[in-house]
Amino acid sequence: MATLLEMRGISKVFPGVRALDHVNLTVEQGEIHAICGENGAGKSTLMKVLSGVYPHGSYEGEIHYDGTLLANRGIRDSEAKGIIIIHQELALVPLLSIAENLFLGNEVASGGIINWPLAYQKTEALLRKVGLNEAPTTQVGKLGVGKQQLIEIAKALAKDVRLLILDEPTAALQENDSQKLLDLMLELKAQGVTQIIISHKLNEIGRVADRITIIRDGATVSTLAKSEISEERIIRDMVGRDMAHRYPERDARPGEVLMEVAGWNVWHPEQQGRQMIRDAGFTVRKGEIVGIAGLMGAGRTELAMSIFGHAYGRDISGTVKMGGKVVDTSSVTKAIAAGLAYVTEDRKQLGLVLDEPIVKNITLANLAGVATRGVLSRGREQQVAEEYRRAMSIRTPSVFQKVVNLSGGNQQKVVLSKWLFADPQVLILDEPTRGIDVGAKFEIYTIMNELAAQGRGVVMISSEMPELLGMCDRIYVMNEGRIAGELSRAEASQERIMSLILKNDGKAKVA
Amino acid sequence: MAEQTAGTGGKGIGAHLGGHLRENGMILALVAIVLFFTVIVRVTQGVDFLSAQNITNLFLQNSYVIIMALGMLLVIVAGHIDLSVGSVVGFTGAVAAVLTVNMGWPVWAVIPTCLFVGLCIGAAQGYWVAYWRIPSFIVTLAGMLVFRGLTLWLLDGQNVGPFPKSFQSLSTGFIPDAFGVGKPNMTALFLIALAAVAILWMGLRARARDQQFGITPEPMIVFTIRNFVVVAALMFVGYKLASFRGLPNVVVVLSVLTVLYAFFTEQTTTGRRIYALGGNEKAARLSGINTDRLVFLTFCNMGVLAALAGMIVAARLNSSTPKAGGGFELDVIAAVFIGGASMTGGSGKIIGVVVGALIMGVMNNGMSIMGIGIDYQQVIKGLVLLAAVIFDVYNKNK
Repeated sequence: MATLLEMRGISKVFPGVRALDHVNLTVEQGEIHAICGENGAGKSTLMKVLSGVYPHGSYEGEIHYDGTLLANRGIRDSEAKGIIIIHQELALVPLLSIAENLFLGNEVASGGIINWPLAYQKTEALLRKVGLNEAPTTQVGKLGVGKQQLIEIAKALAKDVRLLILDEPTAALQENDSQKLLDLMLELKAQGVTQIIISHKLNEIGRVADRITIIRDGATVSTLAKSEISEERIIRDMVGRDMAHRYPERDARPGEVLMEVAGWNVWHPEQQGRQMIRDAGFTVRKGEIVGIAGLMGAGRTELAMSIFGHAYGRDISGTVKMGGKVVDTSSVTKAIAAGLAYVTEDRKQLGLVLDEPIVKNITLANLAGVATRGVLSRGREQQVAEEYRRAMSIRTPSVFQKVVNLSGGNQQKVVLSKWLFADPQVLILDEPTRGIDVGAKFEIYTIMNELAAQGRGVVMISSEMPELLGMCDRIYVMNEGRIAGELSRAEASQERIMSLILKNDGKAKVA
Repeated sequence: MAEQTAGTGGKGIGAHLGGHLRENGMILALVAIVLFFTVIVRVTQGVDFLSAQNITNLFLQNSYVIIMALGMLLVIVAGHIDLSVGSVVGFTGAVAAVLTVNMGWPVWAVIPTCLFVGLCIGAAQGYWVAYWRIPSFIVTLAGMLVFRGLTLWLLDGQNVGPFPKSFQSLSTGFIPDAFGVGKPNMTALFLIALAAVAILWMGLRARARDQQFGITPEPMIVFTIRNFVVVAALMFVGYKLASFRGLPNVVVVLSVLTVLYAFFTEQTTTGRRIYALGGNEKAARLSGINTDRLVFLTFCNMGVLAALAGMIVAARLNSSTPKAGGGFELDVIAAVFIGGASMTGGSGKIIGVVVGALIMGVMNNGMSIMGIGIDYQQVIKGLVLLAAVIFDVYNKNK
């Protein structure tokens, strides 16, 4: 078999982060090649290098494709050579028809005038190829996610694809849609289309992949042939790293149960009949740091946000108990009153008013704390801000600095200050160290330890397993919207977490 | 890391002015425009632009714009817009006319009734914007058409008037001189002097408090110059008003409302929440702020102020006409943006809005005296609005 693609020694550096470090990847003509790795291991970055999102010259290393050196200036170049990537977030225009979407930017036209009959004819042929029985004029937004995924593939076929890259194509799909997609992949393989699939799901990889490359911390760990693929091996290669970060000493003395969530069910806010959280439950003790592990899309953020004031989802059911009493958390105000705080994963969009100064952000969740009968005391407000600036060592020339001008770590400290000023009993921290440099991470960990030492409960949602293992007294593992398992600090290891994630027990029970 | 503690007062005057370019710039611009017209009008027409009568007129002509701009600022800070205020002015004026002139209601009953009608209109529009998330542009565009139509219907296409003297005094009345001296009006002088002292005292008190809490105060020289300009202008205007017919009622209402709204936006929790909502609605909601209700309330407030403006306009014209208030929404919105509010919500100050409205008013008045045609006036006002906003955007991107 001839080699279609060879990426040699690819390195890509972002400010402060080495995302890829001499990665090698070889893909043979006509195979399906799987790429595995943890969140943030560098899979997507590697594919962006390949597809020209990061143009030639912005990375080190060489890409040989079909016998020639590849020097893409942009996506258009790579697409012209038949390299097409389907991203996790679909790039379809929901209000346009299937035909319009398929040929977007690539219209069946002469002199700028679209030949609709020909476009429809071609659309039908392509839809037959991907096994979709829809009219070319159907609006894409009216189709389910599974069918939209197939349309993405049809769109790739319309561009004479030779190397098709699918980034977690089944992450948002139901079981039978996933199966259909995998069947289609095998069919395309039979027609000679080489494919790269990024996936976390071992059963899928086992079914379609000929070979598998495992990436960890931006470097290639191994490439396995089909005969070598085994769960243990993949897990070991995915997680087997040294503890790269350090964690502050933790002297845990968990007390009585502070918060208890039981029978929590949440449905997708827009998509009918899609359940996001299934019968989830967990407990948090006084002075305890509890971790929630899981891959992206496992439902961790959805769980947290639905508990915190029903800020996510529909038809929410289940109970939240604080200190043994059932509390109402159906609005954010009530959730705060019940003693909850939620530090969002998306600081800039959901956590901060970027154009306002630090001082106004810190008091936002507890304005009553710096006011008398609705009238603010500027002086008290400033004192509070100065206190937190000292306590959290927020590095800024003044508390009147707009938060937009702060670094990620300092912004996160402002968000934490805001919630601490609201004096919650339980803090839910969603990816608290994302996009923060190593030094600031340590500071955030230290703050978390202090919060626990004060007798508060801390829930940490994180995609970084070492961080969970280094900080948490207990870890819940989420998968497909349910709690797939619970591990004590002593039991927990990266291998055990990964195997709970990958075993996919939940789905088997439903099916 | 630069551990520069607040309170050392190390910031230079230049840096401070740069940071507060907009606020100080606005006041300077207003002063410059007034001086410009004073000179031009004197030279070309031989008229005193700063005559007592003209100053009185300036306030009477522009009071309704300023009053509505106070409410419009809140709406715009919350990230919305209200296009219906001109029609609401017409409608509430018509309601006032029908109640007073046709049905003979006493003034003390008509005023609260009209304010309540304004509140209901604001609530009706705010409901769709806040709880149904219908874009405010659409809802209030519909309101603009609906209430213009209802005005025509209510007045049957006719002018209704005249109003009794007591209602007219809402706009054209003056505070009587308690000291009975006549000219100059001692009550007016006394109240203006009181206001000047209050401004100075509050400014000094705020400075003292800032220092006590370790906030870097603005440089003394800037504080002195600004307050000198403000107080001098105030005393000058006050003296002129006093030597004419005294303090117009409208000016009193206007001043009280301005102080109230400035206090509300800067010193209260609810005011702060409106700014947070406009700055980042999602973050505000996740901080436990009832964003929907706040949006609803800003529209209710706008309705009440539009009703007040509607009565003042009707009282000034001494009749309700089906066309009253036409195009006012544009003057009001322009005043808010000239006053430095952000188009995307989240920022803008009451004092800026008042100065913005005064700039528009002075320009209207000055250009009319100069005999500039309405055609050129529109062009010039349009360019001033554009320039003010470009100035903001440029400063922000710098």
